[in-house]
Amino acid sequence: MRHTLAVLVENRPGVLVHISGLIARRAFNIESISAGHTEEPDMTRITIVVDGDERNIEQVVNQLSKLIDVIKIVDLTEEPSIERELALIKVKATPDTRSDIVDIVEIFRAKIVDINRETMVIELTGEERKIDALCQVLQDHGIVELVRTGKTALSRYPGSAKEDKEQ
Amino acid sequence: MKMTGAQAVVTSLQKEGVEVIFGYPGGGVLPLYDALYDSPLYHILTRHEQGAAHAADGYARATGKVGVVIATSGPGATNLITGIATANMDSIPMVCITGQVGLSIIGKDSFQEADITGITTPITKHNYLVKNPADLPRIIREAFYIAQTGRPGPVVIDIPKDVFTSTIDYHYPDDIKLRGYKPIYEGKAQEIEDTVAVLRKVKKPLIFVGGGVISATATDLLGKLIDQYQIPLISSFMGLGTIPASHPCNLGMVGMHGTVAANRAVMDCDLLIGLGVRFDDRVTGLLSKFAPNAKIVHFDIDPAEVNKNVETKHRVIGHLKWSLQALLEKMAGQIPEETRAQWNVWLEQVQCCHRDNPLIFKKTDKVIKPQYVLQELDRQTKSNYIVVTDVGQHQMWTAQYYQFNRPRTLISSGGLGTMGFGLPAAIGVQMACPEESVLLITGDGSILMNCQEIATLVEHQLPVKVAIINNQALGMVRQWQRMFFHQRYSHSQFNNGGTDYVRLAEAFGATGLRATKMEEVPQIIAQALATDGPVFMDFQVCSEENVLPMVPAGASLDQMIEGAVD
Ligand SMILES: Cc1ncc(C[n+]2csc(CCOP(=O)(O)OP(=O)(O)O)c2C)c(N)n1
Repeated sequence: MRHTLAVLVENRPGVLVHISGLIARRAFNIESISAGHTEEPDMTRITIVVDGDERNIEQVVNQLSKLIDVIKIVDLTEEPSIERELALIKVKATPDTRSDIVDIVEIFRAKIVDINRETMVIELTGEERKIDALCQVLQDHGIVELVRTGKTALSRYPGSAKEDKEQ
Repeated sequence: MKMTGAQAVVTSLQKEGVEVIFGYPGGGVLPLYDALYDSPLYHILTRHEQGAAHAADGYARATGKVGVVIATSGPGATNLITGIATANMDSIPMVCITGQVGLSIIGKDSFQEADITGITTPITKHNYLVKNPADLPRIIREAFYIAQTGRPGPVVIDIPKDVFTSTIDYHYPDDIKLRGYKPIYEGKAQEIEDTVAVLRKVKKPLIFVGGGVISATATDLLGKLIDQYQIPLISSFMGLGTIPASHPCNLGMVGMHGTVAANRAVMDCDLLIGLGVRFDDRVTGLLSKFAPNAKIVHFDIDPAEVNKNVETKHRVIGHLKWSLQALLEKMAGQIPEETRAQWNVWLEQVQCCHRDNPLIFKKTDKVIKPQYVLQELDRQTKSNYIVVTDVGQHQMWTAQYYQFNRPRTLISSGGLGTMGFGLPAAIGVQMACPEESVLLITGDGSILMNCQEIATLVEHQLPVKVAIINNQALGMVRQWQRMFFHQRYSHSQFNNGGTDYVRLAEAFGATGLRATKMEEVPQIIAQALATDGPVFMDFQVCSEENVLPMVPAGASLDQMIEGAVD
């Protein structure tokens, strides 16, 4: 089963090396990883999507927790959470096909962020499946370039991940 | 107080209680060596940085204190790698200080630049590149704390040259603020209670001890548990010495070259309690057939060890001093009489198996049998030396034939299996324990991997006695080729007519002795033990001997090859 882990780490040089090195060395099955700043300047939050059975996930969490710079790991799979990914898609768009693409973009509530004589760039934020679906539809028009950020996620609980929840 | 970065390092090391450092200078650490020049820290100049790393490791293994090593940037630092990886695999506390090129030229492929934090990331507990001189005291404080708390391990501090030379306002912090590192001591009482509940019901419990018991200094508690409840015990290679070899409950080493009784007990037991063990593949053999009839309870300080290799029903996470104490308290009065009676039957069964299946080899007076040398060394040193080994057949024979009776008396590279570890580690051990007698058991392959350190040994007149089990071959490699590769001895024989180890020792200023016949063995050993200073004994043993019993790699523990070679 796929798990989404929120990994809070010290915002220090080398921390990403420690994490990616560990993942590679222990051959963990990581599907996506995305990192960015948080509400605290000295803390970075990494969202990792990992696939495996319960024992694999336990190993990933325990091994990552051993890294000194890892402050906390929360498995968001176990709680209600909001999961999003951002995609930028450059698709072939001739004057003939443009309106068709605009229709698709509207249906998906995506945005056209750039356009030129041959292509358009579409931006979509949403759950992974929605992005998959848009990509599939746009395939017919010819996707020139595609970039996805990897999943990022936030719990719906009132508190924050860095606080210890009462159990 | 104002001081340079280099002085800050030296001052901080003293505050951490460091007495001995092993190292090798060079451009990147010249400012640090200048600060060492008039400090009371005792520095041992080895003849290779790898030697310095293993020496610091040996020092740590013998004492439990943090071993400290210094090397210069680039090649000096990369020469430490095998030593750091060795310490990491066996969870040995070490702090390695490496020089780095100046801050402004990092990343420019500068002279003697190597990305040592990048290289050592997978083989350290943690590492630091010091970018701000003001951070030095805090980082050193943290490094020592991290190295020796929780599950111990090596920490690297990479210090750019200009950080050594810049001036800082020195203040050594009392507190450590590491949000992501809170080593546990006390675990959950519930886990102890679960263990006791399981214990109450089983008929054939078996205790499996590893190096974790030694590093936690929990051997006394374990001794109490064994004495009070008479539960049979097996040991990993790293766990030898936790309980005296002669203890009636002790079945000896388990695994690839373990005793018949230990391996059979694993197959038969209905409860296996692992204490500070990793369930390494050399122990378990075929994982799916390991302890097939048993529930497994895993005691460890490192939660990541649970369920890593072997699937575990119960766990007790915490420091072994806490968990064994808690187990003793919770067990008191809780084990029913009939359960105790069943345990006694089981103990007698495994003891009987142990008596019926002793370690054997064919004695002959035509050649020197390596096992005989080991037996004789054990006898003459009264099973009471600290024994350091290298890696190979001699290492396994040491585990089998030397009677380890105290913790921290077998010093050997278990996890990584590093040839060349022995001699420098023995230097570290003897430096750490001047009152103890130190015996190095090595092979003719291993000794040459760091033989430059004979010079260090002689310089400091460390009275280490060295037994070279000289089979003119890479014995363990030959054994595998003999058993599994149709006797195709590809590059495992030294065809140079034999290096003269007596003259090698003498060239460095040590004493060299040689035994070529069986009857010379006792007398050579006696002579060596009676001689002051470092002594090398060259035992020219037969090269066709196998370490037996043996569980072939990937087989289950009941598929032992037994017997003895003619
Ligand atoms: C650094 C290193 N290189 C290679 C090996 C593989 N290896 C394991 S045992 C062995 C032979 C060791 O020979 P020797 O030291 O003479 O000991 P013996 O087995 O003959 O007792 C070798 C090459 C190793 N463990 N370490």
